[in-house]
Amino acid sequence: MSFADHLPILPVLLPLAAGIVLLALRGTGTGVQRAASLVATLALVPLAVALFAATADGTHFVYRLGNWDAPFGIVLVADRLAAWMLLVTAAVAAFALLYAVNGTDREGRHFHVLFQLQLFGLNGAFLTGDLFNLFVFFEILLLASYGLLLHGGGRLRVKAGLHFVVINLIGSTLFLFAVGTLYGATGTLNMADLAVRLAASPAGNTALVQSAALLLFVVFALKAALVPLYLWLPAAYGQTSAPVAALFAIMTKVGVYSILRVYSLFTGLGDGPLAGLLDAWLLPLALVTLALGVLGSAASSGLRQQTAYFVVVSVGTLLVALALGTPGALAAGLYYLPHSTFATAALFLLADSIARARGTLGDRFEPGPALPHAAWLGGLFFAVAVAVAGLPPLSGFLAKFMLLQAAVATPHASAVLAVVLAGGLIGVIVLARSGSLLFYRSQATEGAGPSPSAVALAPVAGLLALTVALTIAAGPVSEAAGDIASQLHAPRLYIDAVLGARP
Amino acid sequence: MDALLALAIGVLTAAGVFLALRPRTFPVVLGLTFLSYAVNLFLFAMGRLAVGVPPIISETASGYTDPLPQALVLTAIVISFGMTAFVIVLALKARAELGNDHVDGLEHETDRHA
Repeated sequence: MSFADHLPILPVLLPLAAGIVLLALRGTGTGVQRAASLVATLALVPLAVALFAATADGTHFVYRLGNWDAPFGIVLVADRLAAWMLLVTAAVAAFALLYAVNGTDREGRHFHVLFQLQLFGLNGAFLTGDLFNLFVFFEILLLASYGLLLHGGGRLRVKAGLHFVVINLIGSTLFLFAVGTLYGATGTLNMADLAVRLAASPAGNTALVQSAALLLFVVFALKAALVPLYLWLPAAYGQTSAPVAALFAIMTKVGVYSILRVYSLFTGLGDGPLAGLLDAWLLPLALVTLALGVLGSAASSGLRQQTAYFVVVSVGTLLVALALGTPGALAAGLYYLPHSTFATAALFLLADSIARARGTLGDRFEPGPALPHAAWLGGLFFAVAVAVAGLPPLSGFLAKFMLLQAAVATPHASAVLAVVLAGGLIGVIVLARSGSLLFYRSQATEGAGPSPSAVALAPVAGLLALTVALTIAAGPVSEAAGDIASQLHAPRLYIDAVLGARP
Repeated sequence: MDALLALAIGVLTAAGVFLALRPRTFPVVLGLTFLSYAVNLFLFAMGRLAVGVPPIISETASGYTDPLPQALVLTAIVISFGMTAFVIVLALKARAELGNDHVDGLEHETDRHA
């Protein structure tokens, strides 16, 4: 085995090792911990790029843990989708950490350890090919996220954290019920093997496997914050510290990824008891999520809460693309995924700088003191708002355009067009109102906080630069997204790669 | 035995759901614990019920029980144990920060006796 054969396990092992090393380094100075954490996080980027390049030709990179053949051993599977998600995660994590080392990481203990373990859980969830293993990685990323969410403490943060923990523990229980039922009905937990056995499951088991699959959908919908299970998100994301919220921008996408991965396999083989299972549910729920997210952002009392609602909007838009199901719509969704993650993460980071600059008023939408360096902050806010709202010239507009173009050919065109366009319009109005209130309706000069440092604004600019890069490279990136979509529409290749893998 | 096990899982789940919907944090934690007990039993039963047979290869065995659910349950027990410990500490922290043990951090007159 050469080094390259071990490529799929490295993005999982590296953050785990880094987390353990950072735990051992906790007696040393902040500088050492920051350096170690930054090196480990930045090293994920070349790994993700290497994996992306290795899977670009359509290979399914199957890594058999302990060299046991699937379906008996656990496998990691890197395909185009997994590599895509790893790439987005690595980019967001790098910028979130660059922001955190400005001081947020010192507000509580073990920030860097938890940050690395969160990345360990995220990368593992994207790479695993086993349903129970997915549960375990979910738990790892959740346990780390509980610690990160509470980082820094404070009354509102603890309250939001309690709700977040309890609802996710109930979600984990449901996940286990679903996994148990699927194992009881099919005798396997390997996702590729499950797909084959579910398609051939006897008629007497139909109700059983359908209920298990729908239970699983509830769990993923909870992680993705789909209506009616999104109510935990605005409080949790709005109250936590900025770099954590920016990293959490990818966490809802884990739910979306799981829906995409699991149901493309379970329902992709055509006939069988699960064929078309989600068709009646996903599109209406996604449209309602989008609409309620936009309304929530209009009703928000602070910028961070508003940003959290824009995370809900992005999930709704992504799931609309998933629900339409055509390769074109899926490609649009996969192009929208990195854009929305970068844009909302940038807004979370910027909201923190604005809140600090406003002193005691924080991010609340009330006329406040004139901001120091208002031109810089306002200019960045304008650019980020353009990205979040999906206006031209940035990539959000292209993604929505691709999505609507794909939707026109489907029978649901009118509903999708109406909700996405109206939602976009309200989003623009909401952000314009927030911007004018924060930057123009300023009264007093006293009461302003410290002016934001250039290092605090650099990660925001970096994330913005990524969306600009997505726009400039729209051709190749949307082609790559199209390749991912076509690979997802051929689950037989995934199944053959996993079950046929031999040493 | 099947009926007894099904009944036990059902009662534990019902108690767990009921307690998880209570307004104070201590019953909620208890409810989560009951739910995790229920799901552990459920996972165990998914390997089918077999009495007095080993899960690993033995020369004298007359039959085998499925070893995989036992491994799954072990993992699930460890995770739920850790989570319960965490949520208890968090509930105590919330009690200290918010000044009461209500899940919303607000004392309501109506649930004084709940």
